[in-house]
Amino acid sequence: MELLLQQVMAGLANGAIYACMALAVVMIYQAIDHLNFAQGEMAMFSTFIAWQLMAWGLPYWVAFAAAAVVSFIAGVLIDRVLFRPVQKAPILSQIVAFIALFSILNSSAGQIWDYTIKSFPTPFGHRSLFGGTLIDTHEAGMIGVTLVMLALLYLFFRGTRLGLAMRAAAANPESARLVGIRVGWMTALGWGMAAAIGAVAGMLIAPVVFLEPNMMLGVLLYGFAGAVLGGLTSPGGAVAGGFAVGIIENLAGTFIPYVGRELKLTIALALIVIVLMFRPSGVFGTRVVSRV
Amino acid sequence: MLLEVTGLDAFYGQNQALYGVGFGLDEGHVRTLLGANGAGKTTVLRAICGMVRVAGDIYFDGKRISGWATEDVVRLGVAHVPEGRGTFLRLSVEENLQLGAMTRKRGREIADDIERVYANFPRLKERRAQQAGTLSGGEQQMLAVGRALMLRPRLLLLDEPSFGLAPLIVEELFSILRRINAETGVAMLIVEQNAALALELADHAYLLETGHVVLDAPAAVIAADEAVRRSYLGY
Amino acid sequence: MTSVREEQIAVPAAEPVRRPVSMRLTGRRLIIAVAVALAAAVPLVATSFVTFQVTEVMIYGLAILGLNLLTGFNGQFSLGHSAFYGLGAYTTAILMHNYDVPYYWTLPAAGAVCFAVGFLFGLPALRLQNLYLALATFALANAMPQILKFHALENWTGGVQGLVVDQPDPPSFLPIDGDQWLYYFTLAVILVMFAAAANLIRSRSGRAIMAIRDNPIAAAAMGINLSLYKTLTFGVSALYTGVAGALGALAVAFVAPDSFTIFLSISLLVGLVIGGVGSIPGCLFGGLFVLYVPNIANSLSTGLAGALYGVILLLVIFVMPAGAAGFVRFVLARLARFRQS
Repeated sequence: MELLLQQVMAGLANGAIYACMALAVVMIYQAIDHLNFAQGEMAMFSTFIAWQLMAWGLPYWVAFAAAAVVSFIAGVLIDRVLFRPVQKAPILSQIVAFIALFSILNSSAGQIWDYTIKSFPTPFGHRSLFGGTLIDTHEAGMIGVTLVMLALLYLFFRGTRLGLAMRAAAANPESARLVGIRVGWMTALGWGMAAAIGAVAGMLIAPVVFLEPNMMLGVLLYGFAGAVLGGLTSPGGAVAGGFAVGIIENLAGTFIPYVGRELKLTIALALIVIVLMFRPSGVFGTRVVSRV
Repeated sequence: MLLEVTGLDAFYGQNQALYGVGFGLDEGHVRTLLGANGAGKTTVLRAICGMVRVAGDIYFDGKRISGWATEDVVRLGVAHVPEGRGTFLRLSVEENLQLGAMTRKRGREIADDIERVYANFPRLKERRAQQAGTLSGGEQQMLAVGRALMLRPRLLLLDEPSFGLAPLIVEELFSILRRINAETGVAMLIVEQNAALALELADHAYLLETGHVVLDAPAAVIAADEAVRRSYLGY
Repeated sequence: MTSVREEQIAVPAAEPVRRPVSMRLTGRRLIIAVAVALAAAVPLVATSFVTFQVTEVMIYGLAILGLNLLTGFNGQFSLGHSAFYGLGAYTTAILMHNYDVPYYWTLPAAGAVCFAVGFLFGLPALRLQNLYLALATFALANAMPQILKFHALENWTGGVQGLVVDQPDPPSFLPIDGDQWLYYFTLAVILVMFAAAANLIRSRSGRAIMAIRDNPIAAAAMGINLSLYKTLTFGVSALYTGVAGALGALAVAFVAPDSFTIFLSISLLVGLVIGGVGSIPGCLFGGLFVLYVPNIANSLSTGLAGALYGVILLLVIFVMPAGAAGFVRFVLARLARFRQS
């Protein structure tokens, strides 16, 4: 029982990472109705920017804020320069465009900052919480920040006119134009927000997985899995999904005998796929009605 | 003239859909575009809203709007209720109406207008928090019209408002449209296949056939002329 | 009350392969004959290295064709084809290494194994759409290297080190060397399989497969057995990529788990799009792109190879959003209109 609780808590801690990423994934999905495969690399690059600012002497919170702002702007630029030209192209071509972005960011980061692992500071410290080994202050901080971001996003989308306009633009761009919404700007705003959220996610994750160009590969996959599990139309669901993925991964690794350790990722994904077979839109997603 | 169209050609890719179409509409008046499927009626409305490639002139309130982006035309006061209604199915009825007023600033007036829409369409008020996708066809059409009215438009474009609706609902809708035109003075351009109903509401009609205007006459005249009605409108 | 939303079934777009007006059947056949003749001449005039590279292009083209059958023609998105490629490669390696099976028998074996696995995977995949299917196939692609490295299977798979594969010997009556024989063997297999694929697409089954991609509900309403066709297509698609993997094992003379990761799947996808989704000849162009462009990028700058690759990829997508095949169609259509006016 003690072991179970320990693994669940450890899973929650990992899950906070995935939940963060899942939030960014759903955010961009809500804005542009597509999955951004380069989301992780964007987050990684933003984190490197923060690291560089701190290396140049800026204090943590200044670097944090600057990285988020720069990421927002970069997100808007990526939308204009990369996404806009392929918007009318077939979906598979758009996916290849995202793959290209992935490649560019990953390679550039490696070239600029090399592949040696760097440590990244945390404002929460690494002291243990509740005195035991279950969870430390940084992990608690991650969970806290993720939930706060979630709450702010929820308020933004449900409670503001701009949020409503963004939801409308993503759901039905043509109708959105017919009520005077500048859909192009909404998409750009969505990209900017997703990039900023990704930056925050990256800066929270880096103290745990350490900063290097490939740090986000696994995390993004788990983030996707969490978002899909929770339902791509529901930010709350995505966060819950992220936590669930963390717990599932940990429990599978610990408790499934013989194969657990080596095939953790595969088993976690397999479980998610099984869930999707019964709930094809995710646990919290809206049921989709298809019309001919 | 509020809306003036001359020599309008419209294209879908390489295919031409309209050939030198011309017509006009005065402030506060109701006119209708009639014709069979594929005649180009919907294309005319889409051309006005910048949704298809055009050549020729479209003037709204003295401004040349041919080639303008949809959002910019809408911001001049043109509300379009498209084919298929264009409702935001995932959003609630109330959110759909709020979206209609997206380009307006005064919160107090917007709230009043929402109440006015509910007064005109009581069934929408009952369902204000429901997802728009769960409404019946007739209710969605009313929602679409309501949303268009939230713009406080000077020109209302309606594309086949009677499509797929039961006759009683259609009559109800058209009588509401008549009342709205009388009360607010909003001009209306209605594309309809149901010619009889449209001719009752409009004061002037245009008949399109494969992208050309073949008839341009007051509604009463067309309605009275049995020969024209039989050969062109089928009744 | 569950909230309901409408969704247009998103389909990886593939424009129907319309034969350009200006080409007649004989013209097409002539082009293919010339191409085959040129291909047959390559080993006789080019260096060993170039011959080997063209062999690899053909192998990749075949692998991409497998993916094309599933994604381009049937609308089922797969990120898992690296698993089938690896499965085919390992089938060949294991049969030759552990059981001394002659190399030519390993190809049908690899095909059969991959067909079975693909078919079985296609069964649960029936319930998954688009990006959910992407996630499931992604899981498959990730699982493959891990399974191959799994210690309990090491006796067969060679574990992390992999297995060595002997290069096929040319028949004694032909005056050519190993590389050239490999080339001709591959060419023969490619011709047969590409022809078979073209025939499949032209047949009633092919039309059913494409109908499922374009409008599954309407296809079902017309009486097409969706489950049967979709799983069969999965199987056939896996078979094609598996045979490519088998040929790949023979060509590289070596198999190791880390050669068959998700990055291979992504390469195949990129090749598919660049060549032209839903185009059979496009697959070869895709194979060419995926083989050469990363090398070109690497030679220009080792540090920024990935970034250069990404930029080239973007430029190609901007200029040819429907791939090379789409571009060719566009140019031919323009020429036809030019000639008409």
